[in-house]
Amino acid sequence: MTIVSTADLLAILPELLVMAGGCLVLVLDPLTAKDRKDWLAYFSLAVLGAAFVVGYWFMGALTGSPRPAFSGLYVLDAYGAFWKLLLILVSGLVILLAKAHLKLEEIDLPEFYAFILLSLSGMMVMVSGTDLLVIYLGLELMSLSLYVMAGFKRYAPRSLEAAAKYFILGSFSSGILLYGISLLFGRTGSTTLAGIRDGIAGLPPGDPILLMAMGLLVVGFGFKVAAVPFHMWTPDVYEGSPTSVTAYMAVASKAASFAAFLRVFLEALGGIKESWRMLLVAVCIATMVLGNVVAIVQTNIKRMLAYSSIAHAGYALIGLVVADAAGTASVMLYLAIYAFMNLGAFAVVTMLRRGGLEGDEIDDFTGLARRNKWAALVMLLFMFSLAGIPPTAGFIAKFYIFMAAVGANMTGLAVIAVVFAAISAYFYLRVVMVMYMKEPGETAGTPGYDVRVVASPAAIAVLLVAALGVLILGVFPDPLIQAAQSAILPLK
Amino acid sequence: MFDLIVTLIPVFPLLAVLANGLNVMLGHRYSHEIAHRLAWGSVLLSFLCSVWVLGQTLGHPEPRTVVAYRWFFGADLTVNLSFLIDPLTCIMLLVVTGVGFLIHVYSVGYMHGEEGFTRFFAYMNLFMVSMLLLVMGSNYVVLFIGWEGVGLCSYLLIGYYYDRVSAAKAATKAFVVNRIGDAGFLLAIFLVFANFGTLEYTEIFARAGQLDSAAAFSIAICLLIGAVGKSAQLPLHTWLPDAMEGPTPVSALIHAATMVTAGVYMVVRNHAIYDLAPDALLIVGVVGGVTALFAATIGLVQTDIKRVLAYSTVSQLGFMFLACGVGAYVAAIFHLVTHAFFKALLFLSAGSVIHALSGEQDIRRMGGLWSKIPKTHGVFLVGTAAIAGFPFLSGWWSKDEILGHAFVHGHYVLWALGATAAFCTAFYMSRLLYVTFYGESRVAHEVEHHIHESPNVMVYPLLVLAFLSVVGGLIGVIPGGLENGWFHQFLQPVVRSAGAGGEAAHEEGHLLVYILMAVTTLIGVAGWFTAHYFYKLKPEQPDLLMNRMKGAYTLILNKYWVDEAYDKAFVEPGKAVGRSFDKADTAGIDRVVVAVEQVTDLSAAGSTWVEKHVIYGGLNVTGYANHLAARVLRRLQSGLVHHYAAILVAGLVVLVNLIVLFLWLGGAS
Amino acid sequence: MIPLSYYMILSAIVFVTGVVGVLIRRNIIMLLLSIELMLNATNINFVAFSYYLGNIAGQVFVFFALTVAAAEVAVGLAIIIALYRGKATVNVAELNLMKW
Repeated sequence: MTIVSTADLLAILPELLVMAGGCLVLVLDPLTAKDRKDWLAYFSLAVLGAAFVVGYWFMGALTGSPRPAFSGLYVLDAYGAFWKLLLILVSGLVILLAKAHLKLEEIDLPEFYAFILLSLSGMMVMVSGTDLLVIYLGLELMSLSLYVMAGFKRYAPRSLEAAAKYFILGSFSSGILLYGISLLFGRTGSTTLAGIRDGIAGLPPGDPILLMAMGLLVVGFGFKVAAVPFHMWTPDVYEGSPTSVTAYMAVASKAASFAAFLRVFLEALGGIKESWRMLLVAVCIATMVLGNVVAIVQTNIKRMLAYSSIAHAGYALIGLVVADAAGTASVMLYLAIYAFMNLGAFAVVTMLRRGGLEGDEIDDFTGLARRNKWAALVMLLFMFSLAGIPPTAGFIAKFYIFMAAVGANMTGLAVIAVVFAAISAYFYLRVVMVMYMKEPGETAGTPGYDVRVVASPAAIAVLLVAALGVLILGVFPDPLIQAAQSAILPLK
Repeated sequence: MFDLIVTLIPVFPLLAVLANGLNVMLGHRYSHEIAHRLAWGSVLLSFLCSVWVLGQTLGHPEPRTVVAYRWFFGADLTVNLSFLIDPLTCIMLLVVTGVGFLIHVYSVGYMHGEEGFTRFFAYMNLFMVSMLLLVMGSNYVVLFIGWEGVGLCSYLLIGYYYDRVSAAKAATKAFVVNRIGDAGFLLAIFLVFANFGTLEYTEIFARAGQLDSAAAFSIAICLLIGAVGKSAQLPLHTWLPDAMEGPTPVSALIHAATMVTAGVYMVVRNHAIYDLAPDALLIVGVVGGVTALFAATIGLVQTDIKRVLAYSTVSQLGFMFLACGVGAYVAAIFHLVTHAFFKALLFLSAGSVIHALSGEQDIRRMGGLWSKIPKTHGVFLVGTAAIAGFPFLSGWWSKDEILGHAFVHGHYVLWALGATAAFCTAFYMSRLLYVTFYGESRVAHEVEHHIHESPNVMVYPLLVLAFLSVVGGLIGVIPGGLENGWFHQFLQPVVRSAGAGGEAAHEEGHLLVYILMAVTTLIGVAGWFTAHYFYKLKPEQPDLLMNRMKGAYTLILNKYWVDEAYDKAFVEPGKAVGRSFDKADTAGIDRVVVAVEQVTDLSAAGSTWVEKHVIYGGLNVTGYANHLAARVLRRLQSGLVHHYAAILVAGLVVLVNLIVLFLWLGGAS
Repeated sequence: MIPLSYYMILSAIVFVTGVVGVLIRRNIIMLLLSIELMLNATNINFVAFSYYLGNIAGQVFVFFALTVAAAEVAVGLAIIIALYRGKATVNVAELNLMKW
């Protein structure tokens, strides 16, 4: 018996490509001349392109039954392929964004691309693992890279503080998650998702240790997706980290965590659906309320977007709470669309410079429409999309997820979501208001106050992709919805 | 062919948006001339297509669905971007594109020389696209897209003058208040989906009967919340007067003729659901009636020419809701159409006044303008007469019909509310007319030299609208007589499909209807006379309003007008009796008029107080509560890691407690 | 033979000690050690379950958990060193530049 077959290795080909690419960047870094470091970014993009092509080919070849690999520790299915494609795309955009942004921040180190690739490979493992061990390893690989990236601007106190906070709270929460996994193993005798499902079926209903384990898992995954009350790290870390890292955390790490959250809870814990549903309804409502309400008083745009991302985690949780085919598809759709609009919003933030610093206060956007109408226009688009206003994609995402709730007779949850989505318009609109309806310089007066927009071709490309994504997915969302629907988890 | 032309209706303005929008973004590659031609040209093309579609619909009143493309498709829900063409849609199309076209043409003159000329037209066309989607959509999602889209454009256009802080505030307020209504609308959509499993009108209305009354009531109320937000009804009306910060053509197009009537359109479109929920329908009527009166009384004391018109719009929309509430859907749409004519006319001529006075909007600094801008004066007069209910003008027909329905269907209180509002309408509109155009000029000297009539490009649309305001009501009487005109015959299939409601008032007996018409006419003329009395006959009256009206001397020149109004109002027997009445019993009339004035003044003050303290207060408290909550909640974010960890653990403890509770409940059951 | 519940209670005690340590300690290195305690509590669980269930998967998990813990410490210490260079403190109570 061979331990690892060629088929197994083929199954993780995209992951292997990305991992090898990450390691190669680290190796190539000292071998590259100082003025050629950009090539490492292009190299990373090429790696991602290759992984994307392979992943796409898998997705096409996978319509039908999922193929287990590594004796059931791993699976090659459309669900995983959907998330992988999304994550690869997002990583590519973040690399493009970072290429421009790191120069501005004077932290232009090629290790950054290596960390992105390694973190991405962790995420890819996370979304395809069918064993809690594999998922845990993927999650840690993702997180460890992110801890470092959060502190990437290592001479800036805020960045360091963000890294320290993220690291402490992140490892604390993964400790809790691991404890939950150990209890789950104890009660069901397995760490594979299928084994756990079978084990739960043999347990009496309402087994306290099982429920405890479930609660611990909710904490662990809730932390990663920034659900209230496990969200506390989010605003500080988002604010302190370099903005391109923040964008990556807010989009990719959240998407990957949701993917694993969904897979674990639906595949392994599907048997005690009613129990975790109740917990998650409470978490979901708290998340929507807190995220939207606290965002109102923020003055720093990254912090505002952090609370916004908390609120969006709340909306996406609705899909998990619904826990049926429509719910799963709606989460996938939501995070895919969310990726475009949030990445776009952060990309605009990276382009704004005040003096030698980043213009990350909402006041820095004052009169942006007069300084740079394109930047203002795309920011307006992203803000409207985040607020869920048609015809942007954000509306489709919200509409679809709320519809899933209504379809599952959870109208109450939909009502709360709709009301808080309405409140959210207020703080997104404030950004639009200062951009379009105030003159630049109204808040000037402090010396050295000169906000300017630094547009590099790479950042423009990111903005273009994000803006077109938001618009096209708003007007022609059908292909994406079809893709999400054909890639849902087989529900048991 | 039919499908193509229907689809083209919203596509034309969309192309103009893209062209003009790109032009703005790329740094004005072509001139303003081309920009405005594209803008109004596209709307004209849409109008022509709409006329063609109307022609096609005349013979085929049954609804036809045109699918542009499959928008999204889910496991149990398919949503198409598709259009529904039926008589109601046709009427709305004609109003939107027709009035829209005129306002676009007017804007060419009004916005001439503005810095953001092209941007303005891009927004306006974007608005046209959204509004067309709103009225053409064949399902709730397309309606909602349009619904949000018009809100968005309204927001952008209110904030058009970005150098005014008040404009930015007004824009944000309009948007946020609208979002409250939109949330209600979205909920209604979800409820409809939960009950029917589809969002297409034709399927839903065909199966509306299967709805139980509780579900129908909740859907109807949620829809009403949406409609109240969009149509600025109590208690969500506060944004509309503030929205007057936008350029005047915007006020005319969006905040008078089209967008704000979307709520009325939606209620009529959903009448099949409302018919199943009589309680909800009654609430619609009460909201409408109370708003009509409330806004009208506020209109009595406003001094900004556009704010008077804004409150007037709120009040007139109240009439339309009142009509819906008593089941007179056709009358509501009829009033919507005539209101679009005369209110657009009033706003545009107010814009012409403002234009002439170099931006002055305060009527206390106007006066005596009739000779200086005679064309504007003429059309404003027509508009005022139409809205005040001068016999045989468009407003008279439609308002009478609404009040007639209210009375005949036994809603006497609603009728009384409406009738009082009609009195106030006549009063404040006449007051506006007198103070603006007659009496002595109170215009500032430096402005006075520049007073000029507007250019033809602005005057011609006014003339067309004035013509429509005069004869527009006739579509409601020709050829079948009262409430059986072409308009009613055309729309009847739409409202009849539900089965219940919609029977014409005249079936109850012609005599009553004629009496009611006479009564409302009298009420209108009484309003006019009251204004005339205060602003012309007795300007020395030591009254609150009198102080403001120092310049309003009686003019012999206007005597003729006064006599005629007076004659028609109080003197049925004849001129001679009327004259003697005037001379002999001035004191008696004085007392009556003063009493009326005091009551209206009191109620105006009361309404203003309610608005200021209760409604703004309420909205502020909600906002403040939110802020407070936000402030308290953010304190949790102490910045300290161990606090964060503690909260995380506390969350875990809460979860465990929930689990225990769940186990305990599970064990108990 | 020692019952399984003893191991579970031991691991719970160690885990809670770790959690409390994270909550009350201010020195970032102590926090790191407390988190290590939490991870070790899990390892006790895994090994005990593995033994009693006769399932080797638990012990495999322990190997990986140890590896991850080591990686975590490596990253954590790197961050602590950078932090100490930047702010000359390892007290988490002084990490409060960003709040509210």
